[in-house]
Amino acid sequence: MKLLYFAWLRSKIGTAEEQLDPPAGVTDVAALIEWLKSRGPRFADALNNPKAVRVAVNQTYVPWSHPVKPGDEVALFPPVTGG
Amino acid sequence: MIRVQREDFDVGREIEALTRGKTGIGGVASFVGLMRDVAGDTRVTAMTLEHYPGMTERELERIEAEACTRWPLIASLVIHRYGRMEPGDRIVLVITASAHRAAAFEACEFLMDYLKTKAPFWKQEETPDGLRWVDADYRDDEAVSRWKTD
Repeated sequence: MKLLYFAWLRSKIGTAEEQLDPPAGVTDVAALIEWLKSRGPRFADALNNPKAVRVAVNQTYVPWSHPVKPGDEVALFPPVTGG
Repeated sequence: MIRVQREDFDVGREIEALTRGKTGIGGVASFVGLMRDVAGDTRVTAMTLEHYPGMTERELERIEAEACTRWPLIASLVIHRYGRMEPGDRIVLVITASAHRAAAFEACEFLMDYLKTKAPFWKQEETPDGLRWVDADYRDDEAVSRWKTD
């Protein structure tokens, strides 16, 4: 699974992109985020406010209940501020 | 049409290129977003726009397609820049063209409201106190909510 982080989530986590192989029990976005938070204080801090985290799976916005599977591109980012 | 690019754009040239030969057009609306030198009480000396290559294009195309289903547009263009910008620089351009002005005006506003809340761009400002990420503005969510159809 390819994970992408943007804006202050990227700064806090300290990387823009990584290839991960989450445990078998991680089947949706919510579980993925819980697992990521367990990977260390940087992740726990970056992902600690659910309202501040938007999720896209394969470049489409999804809710936290959306399934994830091996091979997906999952992006985590704060609310957008373009325009 | 949508374009995501680092380079600046020429508004007049873009309008001319988009509308040339399409003689059914009776009205063209355009919006240009510029970089401001102030945010609240803070002076902003520069700004860097980060985006999500791939998803940005998909979202902008989706938003433009939605505008075309709601209004009888003859032509439309969205250009959004990324990278580092200084006060006064152009950030975003939306052009909409239709037979009559109402559709052009409304579609132009719709496109701006949607891209501000959906297109994956993030601004980081350079201020006298250092770098800071811009927070999303709840007023942008209010602006987009008026276009909701149930």
